[in-house]
Amino acid sequence: MSFLALVQGSVMGTPHTGGNFISRLLDWVGPPEWVPGWLLVLTTIGIGVGILVGLVSLIAMFSVWMERKVSGHIQCRFGPMYAGGWHGWAQTIADGVKLLLKEDMIPKGADKPLFWLAPAIVLGGIFGALAALPFSYDWYFARMDLGIFTILALGSTTTIGVVMAGWASNSKWSLYGAMREAAQVVAYEIPLGISLLCPLMTLGTFSLLDASREQATLFGYDCGMGWAVFTNPFNIAAFVIFWIAALAETKRAPFDLPEAESELVAGFLTEYSGIRWSFFFMEEYAAMFLMSVVGSVFFFGGFESPATAMMRAAGTDGTILYSLVCLLTLVLKGFAGVFLMMWLRWTLPRVRIDQVMTMGYKYLTPLALLCVLLTAVWEFARHAVMNG
Amino acid sequence: MTDVKPHTPSIQANEEEARILPSGEKEFFFDVSTSDLEINMGPQHPATHGVMRVLLRTDGELVTGAQPHLGYLHRCAEKIGENVEWLQYLPYTDRYDYLSAMNNNIGYSLAVESLMPDLEIPRRATLLRTICAELNRIASHLIAYGTYGLDIGAFTPFFYAFREREWIQALFEKICGARLTYSYIRIGGVFNDAPPGWLKEVGSFCDVFEEKWQEYYDLLVVNHVFVMRTKDIGVISEEMAYDFGLTGPMLRGSGVDFDLRRDLPYMDYQEIWDAGVYQIPVGRGEQGTLGDCWDRFYVRVQEMLESIKIVRYCLEVIEDGDVIGDVPKVIKVPAGEGYVGIENPRGELGHYVHSDGGKVAVRCRVRAPSFVNLAVLEDLMPRTLLADSVAIIGSTDIVVGETDR
Repeated sequence: MSFLALVQGSVMGTPHTGGNFISRLLDWVGPPEWVPGWLLVLTTIGIGVGILVGLVSLIAMFSVWMERKVSGHIQCRFGPMYAGGWHGWAQTIADGVKLLLKEDMIPKGADKPLFWLAPAIVLGGIFGALAALPFSYDWYFARMDLGIFTILALGSTTTIGVVMAGWASNSKWSLYGAMREAAQVVAYEIPLGISLLCPLMTLGTFSLLDASREQATLFGYDCGMGWAVFTNPFNIAAFVIFWIAALAETKRAPFDLPEAESELVAGFLTEYSGIRWSFFFMEEYAAMFLMSVVGSVFFFGGFESPATAMMRAAGTDGTILYSLVCLLTLVLKGFAGVFLMMWLRWTLPRVRIDQVMTMGYKYLTPLALLCVLLTAVWEFARHAVMNG
Repeated sequence: MTDVKPHTPSIQANEEEARILPSGEKEFFFDVSTSDLEINMGPQHPATHGVMRVLLRTDGELVTGAQPHLGYLHRCAEKIGENVEWLQYLPYTDRYDYLSAMNNNIGYSLAVESLMPDLEIPRRATLLRTICAELNRIASHLIAYGTYGLDIGAFTPFFYAFREREWIQALFEKICGARLTYSYIRIGGVFNDAPPGWLKEVGSFCDVFEEKWQEYYDLLVVNHVFVMRTKDIGVISEEMAYDFGLTGPMLRGSGVDFDLRRDLPYMDYQEIWDAGVYQIPVGRGEQGTLGDCWDRFYVRVQEMLESIKIVRYCLEVIEDGDVIGDVPKVIKVPAGEGYVGIENPRGELGHYVHSDGGKVAVRCRVRAPSFVNLAVLEDLMPRTLLADSVAIIGSTDIVVGETDR
């Protein structure tokens, strides 16, 4: 199989899956015979990237506005109220325009290529991870049987970008931020991965689509509430570990040590300004959303809710409306997680680096391993009981 | 900072330096270390509360040396005091510790008044001074509370603190027209009487504040993450506190029961103490070691409540009357020297004034509590983590306008 065919296969979908929504769009358009295959592949990739960029920007913009409103209301303020009229909905757009128009500064003595490359790597990593995310049973960029591996692997590449940014800035504060990021991510990748093993064992799949599908039935009854946390109590503990590790992964308070504005000025972001800085900002919010969605897919049912179960019972599954309901469910669950992250950020003080390390290595990792063991026992017992 | 020896790393367990741990295990010091990093914290750094610079020497996250550098906000306040008339200097006192301008006014006025034995200060003026001083102490401690939260990484307490501080500032605006640099307290009394209904509003502020205080306590003071960050950090022992001449909450945080309002009373604090209205909170090492950052912080938080009690007492006993004594337009102070130290929110604010009987002081010297308290940083910060050093700077609660004057 040639490389192009491979790309075509993964992007456009294989015959037995019905293909993703870009390939279906192409089917609908019905390109003439003379259009070469490579052009079709490039077009699909182009459309996919376009949708993805738009999506990430939209998520980031909404999250930034949401963060400002949430933090405002937590702190006896209103947050933005003027831009756009209704509760300052256009504030992020105004900010984005301002950031775009700002002077593009690269500090003297900075490692220019690396300084230029770092935001791109950070953003590229998170784009790649988000591409592996399905938005409905029918709507996805690529059907991946090892979706969660892809997401974790691509999500971690942002660390490289952050370390690069810290080193290239030629600032001591930035370097501190980069080192902290590296130490923190290495420490928390382990519990993050291990805690995810628990729902993976419960659901028996690495694919996000299948994981969601697995959580439709509770006690053999298709009610859309067979979420992993309901079928196995140890998944609740695993979720807490996952959530703490996800906070550390996304550099959110109380684990925002790489930025730590009261200690490190702005950490790895110290020398960044304008649109380059906003790339890091977008990455942070996209990563928050990504982690929330991963958490909701593997612990809280993904697309599954009583609404989807009712539609299935009414026989309306497979329609566009059904896909929309799936999408809405996932986005709502994702933003519920994002809200939880914001709530934590504006409530808790920052922990110290030694406390971060202690927590990661001494508590979360062993606890996650224990959870895996107990989940294994539970699942074994459950299957033994269910299968007689 | 200059006597750092060149270091040759070697990867061998240093047997001689091995220490026996309490558990009986032998601890090894591996003679590996990276070269130290010299890094400037400030003058523009969020944690230095103004324009102070701390030259840090760090080994990774570990701070191995710290040297505060001052002078970025030096405005020759003392020299100006020798060149302008007595009353004209009063607005300059607002500007050294701009968070407790009322107290600064009082300190200077009392020092000048100590040279004028004939001047009689009306009782209403003294009580108004006390009310303003204590409200100002609350406002100042609210900033200390909020910014310490910021230093530790908690944003929200800051806004909660500003909510009440805003009310105090509105009260001050009503009584003197200014929100930060009041110049309300004058030599011989206060600038003008409280507007109608002002004292009543202060009373309702006291009621509300006591409720809100519980919020501060729950939100930050006993927050587990916060306690973990601040306990056993920057421990100042009693001897150390004496040696460095610390005053105010810095001294009381180390368990020393010393407050100028009681131990060297000025204005009507003697009477209020005798009435048994307030106590002096001291550090007790509740969460960790005695004299750690948390103790100093908690002393400030408790003092806000004690100040409320003092204000309440003053509101009870205040009566109508004059608010300023018989002071001429151009004050001529009899020849002599005087020193008055008062309990500022940050410690002992001393004013030394020397008059030759003229319109202008011969010498006007200020003993600034922030400046003296700052000296302890150099001893506290080495061998802490970078994040702890920020916590330590925050717990000294300095105002750079006062250290530099």
